[in-house]
Amino acid sequence: MDTRVADLARRLEETGYLCDEELATVLFLSLEMSRPLLLEGEPGTGKTALAEAIAESLDRPLIRLQCYEGIDATQALYDWDFPRQILHLRALEALSDATKGGVEGVEEAEKSLYDERFLLARPVLAALQQSPAVLLIDEVDRADDEFEAFLLEVLSTFQVTIPELGTVQAATPPTVVLTSNRTRELHDALKRRCLYHWIDHPGLEREVAIVRSRAPEVSATLARQVVDVVQQLRSDADLLKPPGVAETLDWARALHHLGTADLDVETAARTLGALVKYRDDAERVRAALDRMLAR
Amino acid sequence: MTDFLTATARGADEVLLGFATALRAAGVPVTQDRTRAYLEAVALVGIGDRAATRSAGRATLCATPEDLERHDRIFEEWFHRDISTPVSRPRATQSRASAVLLPDDQDAGAGGPDQDDDPVRAAASIAEVLRHRDVATLEPAERARLAAMFAGLHVRLPTRPTARRTPHRRGDVDASRTLRASLRRMGEPAEIHRRRRTTRPRRVVLLVDVSGSMSGYADALLRLAHRVVNAGPGVEVFSLGTRLTHLTRALKLRDPDRAIAAAGDVVPDWSGGTRLGETLRAFVDRHGRRGMARGAVVVIFSDGWERGDTGLLAEQVDRLHRLAHKVVWVNPHRGKDGYVPVQQGIVAVLPHVDAFLAGHSLATFDALLEEVGR
Repeated sequence: MDTRVADLARRLEETGYLCDEELATVLFLSLEMSRPLLLEGEPGTGKTALAEAIAESLDRPLIRLQCYEGIDATQALYDWDFPRQILHLRALEALSDATKGGVEGVEEAEKSLYDERFLLARPVLAALQQSPAVLLIDEVDRADDEFEAFLLEVLSTFQVTIPELGTVQAATPPTVVLTSNRTRELHDALKRRCLYHWIDHPGLEREVAIVRSRAPEVSATLARQVVDVVQQLRSDADLLKPPGVAETLDWARALHHLGTADLDVETAARTLGALVKYRDDAERVRAALDRMLAR
Repeated sequence: MTDFLTATARGADEVLLGFATALRAAGVPVTQDRTRAYLEAVALVGIGDRAATRSAGRATLCATPEDLERHDRIFEEWFHRDISTPVSRPRATQSRASAVLLPDDQDAGAGGPDQDDDPVRAAASIAEVLRHRDVATLEPAERARLAAMFAGLHVRLPTRPTARRTPHRRGDVDASRTLRASLRRMGEPAEIHRRRRTTRPRRVVLLVDVSGSMSGYADALLRLAHRVVNAGPGVEVFSLGTRLTHLTRALKLRDPDRAIAAAGDVVPDWSGGTRLGETLRAFVDRHGRRGMARGAVVVIFSDGWERGDTGLLAEQVDRLHRLAHKVVWVNPHRGKDGYVPVQQGIVAVLPHVDAFLAGHSLATFDALLEEVGR
């Protein structure tokens, strides 16, 4: 492995995020080429956690934009604080009775309305202002097509034009991480601007390491048993929603809270709610547990 | 990888560009700017690092998990070769890769640079012929080719307008939101909010007859069902025969062959008799009335051979018709020359269905999917 890539992986590891060589390489490229990183993968594989880890390891602020259906530019870029502007205007009105300002007074007053202090910086603008920052655009697949087109513009220029104030440009382009759960396919134009990475469920050893690092209170034996069961469930049990790493952690912590030292069928069945969230799945897992834990 | 280190920079770029071209031929939409990003990325990590070169390609040239798979396959092929002959070999890989994936994008391939390649053109016309062949009469080899072509079917799921209106930039004026916004601004008139109805996916229910008389079509119909199930949410599949079997879960498996095998394990009455009326009644009673068929598009794949009472069959299809948004009956025999709908079962149900379609070849499946998505 390239020493710079290895160094990046080590720094992420210090924050508690364990990544494989490929992800480290892609991340390294994303930072070097200042291109957004598009992460796709099953829910619960640590897409959002990666952005947090990047921000922590680079010691930059993390600014998060959660996408949802119907999100538009005023929620992503900026908005004017209208109530405060009105208040300001009323205050001016009260004063002007005494002074009686002319045309210049009106212009002056109008100008003072579009001051930076009345500007509400939403995540994208905030990321440009607080550069260098890490901008996380979470679950971008939930937003509409129009919003994607808007993102496209921002992500290619890293500048925002506010008609009343002028153009805001980042001194250093922010590190942008986009995540998607693939509930719909993103436009190719957006994808083309990003580096793409598919986050898969981790292998046995890595997942044990993740549990050990994220939930250090859980004993090594229990961590291994838990991960062993989860890995088997993912590959064999044919579930509607295979548990992600987040669920593995939840389950390990739940078992730890019950004081379990050694995983047995009964405790496993009782704490299943932390691992699977569908009734059909719960039944399947219960049936599979006997087989798995009979050792 | 020592080969790379000895190669001149120009040679290395040529190899990488050739790789990008091969990838494009394999069906990955590689554009100029992607290629440029790829070269830049590889230069950053160093071409001597095989794993990093692979990662760079995956990150810059791919956009979906399917792309990643293709990338890895071509990567192995490309970077295992002796690079002293990078100019003479690409041709072979290119046509091979496109021939393998031809069924996926035959439209795109037709106008592409490969048109002069005889094997490719031949493959294209074979694919076109296969599209119109009756699936029950295919040889095993043709069957396998056709199975790959199912991936190219374009599935559009039907939608329904929602009752609730949601905020939108265009549409009717949303008086309450506008007023609330204005109140927040101390009564100053502000932006006018609008709202409109959006669409939600409409449920699709596929009922596949797996009785003896349909055995030639069962495999193809299940493959079709697999495509539809994996195209979006809200699709349910049942098999009809002597009993009703819920197949949705089995067909949810991504890989078509594994899904078909899983469905085969679940169905207890392959190629058995038919009691269409009774199994349909079981469906309407147990699932349909509880909401599964309500407002749904219901597609029944059957030749209408009914061993039992056709009166019962007609009654059940009528019930289904009243519950569902649309009932489509697909009969594989309908597309054949000289077919007349005289079987008692078909005669009984025809007054209660919205569409009566053929379903014996890939081309007819395409037409069916269009009807379903309408």
